[in-house]
Amino acid sequence: MQIIKDREIVEDNWLHLDDEAALVAGNITVSLARWQEQHETLEKHEGGLGLRLTGDDPLEEAVPDLARFSLIVLIFPQFTDGRCYSFARLLRDRYHFKGEIRAQGDVLQDQLFYMAQCGINSFELANPNRLTNALSAFDDYTESYQSTVLRPEPLYRRR
Amino acid sequence: MYQYDQYDQMMVDQRVAQFRDQTRRYLAGELTEDQFRPLRLANGLYIQLHAPMLRIAVPYGMMSTKQVRKIADVARRYDKGFVHFTTRTNFQLNWPKLEDCPEILAELATVQMHAIQTSGNDIRNTTTDQLAGVNNEEVEDPRPWAEIIRQWSTFHPEFAYLPRKFKIAIIGSKTDRAATKLHDIGLHLVKNHDGEIGFEVLVGGGLGRTPVIGEQIRAFLEKEDLLSYLEAILRVYNRLGRRDNKYKARIKITVREHGINHIRELVEAEWVHIRQQLRLDEKEIDRVKAFFTGPDYDTQAAADTSFAEKLTADEAFARWVKQNTVEHKIAGYHSVYVSLKKPGLAPGDITSEQLEAVADLADEYSLGEVRSTHTQNLLLADVKQADLYDLWQKLNAQELATPNINTLTDIICCPGLDYCGLANATSIPLSKQIAERFDDLDYLYDLGDIKIKFSGCMNGCAHQSVGHIGILGVDKKGEEWYQFTLGGSAEADASLGERLGKAIPKEEVVDTVAHLLDAYVELRHQDESFLATVRRLGVDPFKERVYADN
Repeated sequence: MQIIKDREIVEDNWLHLDDEAALVAGNITVSLARWQEQHETLEKHEGGLGLRLTGDDPLEEAVPDLARFSLIVLIFPQFTDGRCYSFARLLRDRYHFKGEIRAQGDVLQDQLFYMAQCGINSFELANPNRLTNALSAFDDYTESYQSTVLRPEPLYRRR
Repeated sequence: MYQYDQYDQMMVDQRVAQFRDQTRRYLAGELTEDQFRPLRLANGLYIQLHAPMLRIAVPYGMMSTKQVRKIADVARRYDKGFVHFTTRTNFQLNWPKLEDCPEILAELATVQMHAIQTSGNDIRNTTTDQLAGVNNEEVEDPRPWAEIIRQWSTFHPEFAYLPRKFKIAIIGSKTDRAATKLHDIGLHLVKNHDGEIGFEVLVGGGLGRTPVIGEQIRAFLEKEDLLSYLEAILRVYNRLGRRDNKYKARIKITVREHGINHIRELVEAEWVHIRQQLRLDEKEIDRVKAFFTGPDYDTQAAADTSFAEKLTADEAFARWVKQNTVEHKIAGYHSVYVSLKKPGLAPGDITSEQLEAVADLADEYSLGEVRSTHTQNLLLADVKQADLYDLWQKLNAQELATPNINTLTDIICCPGLDYCGLANATSIPLSKQIAERFDDLDYLYDLGDIKIKFSGCMNGCAHQSVGHIGILGVDKKGEEWYQFTLGGSAEADASLGERLGKAIPKEEVVDTVAHLLDAYVELRHQDESFLATVRRLGVDPFKERVYADN
């Protein structure tokens, strides 16, 4: 499957494991619940390890383990559920997560600009046929008033 | 007033381009109805009963005459030649075509106007006191702060998909003309013991199905910390606010479910982390304040003697001055209400011709600015007393001088079943009937300050739960009935009205108002207001009068 990562269309090389699915080699992501239950086994996993979070998850419980993950997947069950925008900002600004943060679920072109400003840098679009069109969304605006992950200095300090 | 620089203009222009493309994709079938809905709402576009409705922002109620003329022009060319002003100082076009909306927004952008975040689950237009900067009792002019909040809240990437809509109001004086206690966040500019000016912050007020009066979350916030504190509240709400039930998603419910003390702890804990990063500096505060410095007022304005002569000579003029103007902080100036409440017309409506006349009058007499008010009227803030007589005559010629500000017929009313897809019952025709029934000015003045607020459904756009007399339209088996409440207030002494009794059929609504007024006139002590009388006696004596016949 193709995704957008750092404003380019790339092949995805991650497998999102269900909680019941057997472990496999290679890059895998697991839910927070599975990580908390099986972290001793998962620590030994060869290959990349990623964590999936929903807006219902207690983000702070994942924080001590962030260094173990190279990918955090934020799940948007509906694009109107904005909780994970705050998760992304906290992961970047407060917990200094440097790895990939990916939006998954009901991810549409018209939210990409805001998501990117909050620190999400890869996107599994709900409709993978629209990747090329969606790339333009990052340029919907060339400025932001606020302090964002991409532009930490708010406009009021740059005017 | 504030003028866009290249950044502000660029963002509004880019918004138009983005929405133009979104509308194109929707019409081409590339966006579903569900996908397009939040996008159009974030641009003020509702799909209503008869046609789309486009709500355009008037940030903190300030308009230049250039903007007013553009509004008139747009309403004429893209709509039916009138607009409707709302309780949050915005205005609405009731009949635009969906495919025209991007072009309407492009035209508005040429005069620094937009419809950004006038609907949807985002941070809405920040409102303030229509007498900001011109009244005597102000700690500080709230408008520069409203502009600073406007910029912070516009396209905030983290808060575009909140659990529910989010409204902020700010005032700088003790008298609350902006219903701040009924907003998600209410900000009061206050002076602390050391004489420093900052903000008292209230949170969790709101109307609608579950009216709640906001509670204090912080007694004093340094001005430089305004944006970080707002951001902390919004982040806590964005994470904690309920998303399972839209009727329980406003921050008032979050505050109720978790308690103000717990919410305060969460906000303060969040705030510590972002306080430095978002601190406002003097340079930016001064930059914005420079747009709101007072004009060069005529220091000799009070020396004019013609005003006093006209007051004595012309009773109708004197009545209008008393009712529709207020004294200005500068001697010899008045602020003038332009009444959009002529009996027989829909409250808050104004035609393109009238708008153009108001723009001309503002240029001639009031420094080229027009303000919209929470009570759905307009205001010319800076008029010399020597000009009042001419202004009055010209407003009269436009039917904009009905001397009824703050009287019974200065009704706040939502569009109701005649226009709105949500409404259960008509509101405008009945509010017109009320205004026509009680058109005797001497009677109105004798009744004094009585605020009727009339909503066509429990979403409560007209704030009926804080009306001195609140009227709420409800649907009972396909028929329109009306629930009355008494004793509400949206001001500094904010309170929620108490139910009068069982709902009243449509044909008895106007008589019910008459019964309430008769009861008041009988029961009041000398000079006692309607609200004070209801508070002293409770609703029972009024109830007896209204339901006695049944």
